[in-house]
Order: sequence, then structure tokens, then C-alpha cells
Amino acid sequence: MNRSTHRASNKMRFRLLRASLVRRRSRVLVELLAVAIGASTMFCLATLALDVPSQLEQELRGLGANLLVSPESELDSALLQETQALIPADALVAQAAFRYETIRINSQPYLAVGTDISSATTIKGFWDMDGEWPSRLGEALVGRDVADWIGLRVGQRIILEGADLDHQLPVTVSGIFAAGGNEDALVVLNEADLASLTGRSDVFDVAEYSIALGGDQLSALADHINANVPGVVASPVQRMASSEAQVLAMLRSLLVLVSVIVLTLTVIGISTTMMAVVTERRVEIALRMALGASNKAIQREFILEAVVLGVLGGTLGVVLGFALANLVSQQVFTQSARFNGWFGLVCVVAAMVLAWGASRHPVSRAAAIDPALVLREE
Amino acid sequence: MNDMNNVTIDRDSKGQALAVHLDKVTKAYGDLKALDALDLDVKSGQWVSIVGPSGSGKTTCMNLIGCMDRPTSGVVEISGLNLATMNENELTRVRREQIGLVFQKFHLIGHLSALENVMLAQYYHSIPDESEALEALGRVGLASRATHRPSQLSGGEQQRVAIARALINQPPLILADEPTGNLDAANAAAVLDLFSQLHAQGTTLIVVTHDPVVAAQGEREVVLDHGALVRDLSLR
Ligand SMILES: Nc1ncnc2c1ncn2[C@@H]1O[C@H](COP(=O)(O)OP(=O)(O)OP(=O)(O)O)[C@@H](O)[C@H]1O
Ligand SMILES: [Mg+2]
Repeated sequence: MNRSTHRASNKMRFRLLRASLVRRRSRVLVELLAVAIGASTMFCLATLALDVPSQLEQELRGLGANLLVSPESELDSALLQETQALIPADALVAQAAFRYETIRINSQPYLAVGTDISSATTIKGFWDMDGEWPSRLGEALVGRDVADWIGLRVGQRIILEGADLDHQLPVTVSGIFAAGGNEDALVVLNEADLASLTGRSDVFDVAEYSIALGGDQLSALADHINANVPGVVASPVQRMASSEAQVLAMLRSLLVLVSVIVLTLTVIGISTTMMAVVTERRVEIALRMALGASNKAIQREFILEAVVLGVLGGTLGVVLGFALANLVSQQVFTQSARFNGWFGLVCVVAAMVLAWGASRHPVSRAAAIDPALVLREE
Repeated sequence: MNDMNNVTIDRDSKGQALAVHLDKVTKAYGDLKALDALDLDVKSGQWVSIVGPSGSGKTTCMNLIGCMDRPTSGVVEISGLNLATMNENELTRVRREQIGLVFQKFHLIGHLSALENVMLAQYYHSIPDESEALEALGRVGLASRATHRPSQLSGGEQQRVAIARALINQPPLILADEPTGNLDAANAAAVLDLFSQLHAQGTTLIVVTHDPVVAAQGEREVVLDHGALVRDLSLR
């Protein structure tokens, strides 16, 4: 065949394809939908699978520190700086140093913690707060237990005293917090306020860090700090770190499982639809054979149609899937999902391959049609 | 395409090529012999009508000649080509190049226009050529209906499109199984008129029919019964 013959044949092939896709509209729509539903579920899950871990990590990190640094004897700002220098800046989400001292309210001893309030706000952001965090000196936050024991309300003024009853500090209760643990028995003060009660400043008992690193990397960082900063002990908060990983691993395997199921259903769906189409078009196929179409030519036409439907359905699916993922993301994380172009491409190609694979059996059935028999029936 | 012509061709007593040569052809479906040792020779350019009661084997015979089926035993030759020695692809090729088919139920493709239905035959045969296809529609008087879909055409018009499709590749042999079975007298006459034109151009025509008027148009009438040839009349 020469070139112009080829061109004329290709033109006709395109014309036949277009006629089949455009004029068999309702049928094609069903086929398209079968592909699009699969592709959209796939793309939606993929987008969520990519997005959820990072979103969830952020949410979980809000649950507090995952690395604790405590001193062998005393922790001061020099030592803290030395420690912090070893933490990758881009992974450090929040950090705060805490100092614990006994104080008295109405002569009864309580444990107070002094800190830089604005730092503590980020790392203890998960506390359930009634009222506000202290915004200036002379304000204090009390735990739910303390508030219950003494009968404190937000806005009430109380007198704090040093352990030896030698210093006094009137404060306003700016808020009552519930952390759901031992912390609920604490009184939280600005570090400067606590210093004025104890007469000592720039000493800390523990520094808490929230670091965006996974379990293994976090342990490595802790080892690194322990080896390079003498006088401190760094330890990952194992319970939180590993439960984070567990939740994520569970979520991922769930997504994989759902993907596999959806993929299987998609293949079955496309295959069944194609099978119905082939059955419906038996006479047409037989007629084409009677006109002299070879089995190969018939298969080529149907597979081309399936592949085109795969690409169209896949593209539609990516658009729908992203809309769906975005909706879920906004509902759950109040944040838009990120569109991953590569994943979109992979999804379209996958839809094409799926449509091709799922149509192989129906198409071979089409080619096995006996034209004499089919044309006789009709 | 022309390599088909390089084969030695069976000829009749006057040295004319035989379009169809059936020799002791039997087609059995289990115990039932749809064709029973049928002998039939059709000369090139002849117009043969095949008649016979329902179930006598007419369609079976047409399917064998049309390379859509193989006999249980016996020899089928089309333009001197023995079909028994051919594989599926070669059979498809003979069908494509030697034969035009016309059916009782037209069998046009519903989502294609009249023109595209005709071009489809060109597409599988060689090169789609829109102007040639339009010309063929013109020959059957449907040039103005080229863009219509089968559902927008009357039965007679659909059959004329089917005839345009059958003649577009200028096959030497046209097989028509009850071509007027679904048409009224006027439309049947139009179809017969087209057959007359094809006959005048030298096309071999084999027409299965129940209609005596249609059968009478041929040069020769062959009567089948129980898969055997029971009468062979020359009409002119
Ligand atoms: N695929 C098949 N399987 C079994 N029997 C068949 C098959 N095809 C045809 N027959 C039988 O062969 C016989 C001849 O059938 P055929 O269709 O050739 O008859 P016909 O002369 O065309 O009849 P009609 O005038 O009704 O179209 C019939 O008895 C039919 O039942
Ligand atoms: Mg019949």
C-alpha cells in the first residue's frame, strides 16, 4: 500500500471510530462510565493516600512532642541551643522547654510548670482549653484537676506562693485546660513568673520537641544528640511515634485493599460491558466479516475503541476523582487536596491498559463469531 | 489483488470461465443433510434463480458459494479457486474480492450513514473513496440520501444501499438471498432493475427467491428440494 492509500484508510478508520462513539451515545456512555468510575475511585484513593499521611502527620504532631531532652544535672539555654543546633531546622515543628517547681496555693503544695507560653502553645496545642492561654505576665493556666480541687473559675484571681512561703505572686486564671493525664494537676506559668516565685532563672527540667521525622530517623537523631551533646539525654517518645506509624500503616493497607477491590470490580465492569456490547453488535460484526474483514481487522477496531474509551474514561475519572478527594480532604482536614499530575497520568494510562485488558476476552469472542450462523439467525 | 487471476480456471464446453462449480457438495448438520451431493455449475455472467421450499438448502448453498461456510464433503470452486485448500484468511480474501452479498434483511450498520455503509465495503476491500461511493449511491438512485442513517430510510431504500454496497467493489459474483423478501412490488421491481443493469455489465448473479416474478427474471431457474437439485430450467 502506498501512502495515500494509507491516509484514506486511516481517515476511514477514524470516521468509523467517531461514528461508533458519537452515534451510539447511550451505549458509549455506559462504557465510559464503567471506566470513569474505576479511574475516579483509583485517583481519589491515590490522592488521599498521598495526602492523608502528611495531613495526618501534621494532625498527630499537634498531639505533642515526639522527642524529649532531659539533663543529667541541669538544663540551661546554652545547652538547649547546642541541642537544637543538631535538629534539622526544616523538620522542627515546635519546641518548648519546661521547668517544674513546687508552689503553694492556700498553703497546699502544687506542681507548677514554667515555660515560654508562646512556644508551649504550639506543642501543647491539643489541650482542651476553657478560657485562653496566658497572654501576659501575671496570668496562669490551671489544670482541670487543680481547678476542681480548689474550685477555680476562669478569670478568678489567686495568690501563688513559693514552696517556702517566702515569695508571693497574685495571678489571674486565664484558662483551665484538660490534657487527659497527669498534666491536669499542673499550674502553668510564664517562666519569668515562676522565676520570681523561686528566685532562680534559666534552669529547665525538660525540653520537648515536635519533629517531622518517622520512627527510625527520630531514633537516629536522638542517638546523634546523645553522642554529641554531653550532659543531656534525648529520647524519642516511643508510644506516640509508633502509634502514629501504626495508624498510617493501617490506613495505607486499607487504601491498598480498597484499591485492589475497586480495580477488580472495574475490570469486571468493563469486561461485562464490552461483552454486552459485543453481543449487541454480533450482527454488525458478522456483516463486517461478510464484507471481507479479517478477524484481525475486527479485533483491531474493537480494541482501538476500547483504548480510546479507556483514555476518555480515565481522563473523566481523574477529574471526578480529584473533585471527590478534594471534598473528602476539605471535610476531614479542612484543607484542599493537592493535584498530582503524575498520578493523573498514571491513572489515565492505567485506565487505558485496563480497558484494553478487559476487552481482550470479549474481542476474541467477537472474532470467533460465525458470520453464516449469525446472519442466518437475524 | 490480481494474483487470484493467475490460477488455471475451470472452463465450460465453450471455453468460458465457470463462476461457480459445485461437485457432489454435501453439508450435513448431524443426521440432517442440508445439501445432499449437489452438483451445480454457473457460467460467468449468468443470472441464476434458486427456488425451493423452506428448508431445502438454499441459504446453505449460498453460504458455501459465499465462502462463509465449508462443505462436509465435495468440491466448491469460485472462479476456478478450490476453497477446500484455503485457510480462513484466504477464504476471507476470496469473499472480499470475488463476491458481493445482498441479504433479505439488508444488514446495514445502524450507526453509519448510507454513504459510510457503502464505504465500509471499500475499506475492507481496498481504499475508501468517498466520491466513488457517492457515485454508487447515485446508481441506485440514492445520492440525495447519502447522509441518512438506515433508520431514516425505507426498506426499499435500505436494500438499494445494500446493493450499492455489494456492487461498489465490482465483484464478478453477486449473491442475493431473498433480496425482495421484505419489499413491496414497486421496490422489488426497482431492485430487479438494478440486477438487470448488473447482469448487462456481465456480473454473475445468483438470486434465491420465493417470488415467481423475481425468479422469472433470471436466465435459468434451479429448484432445490431436500438439499438436492430437482429441476434446472433454462428460461431464455
Ligand atoms: N447451523 C445449522 N445447524 C443445524 N441445522 C441447520 C443449520 N443451518 C441450517 N440448518 C438446517 O438445514 C436445512 C436447510 O436450511 P437452509 O437455511 O439452507 O434452508 P432454506 O432453503 O434457506 O430455507 P428458507 O427458505 O426457509 O430460508 C434446514 O432444515 C435447516 O434447519
Ligand atoms: Mg434461507
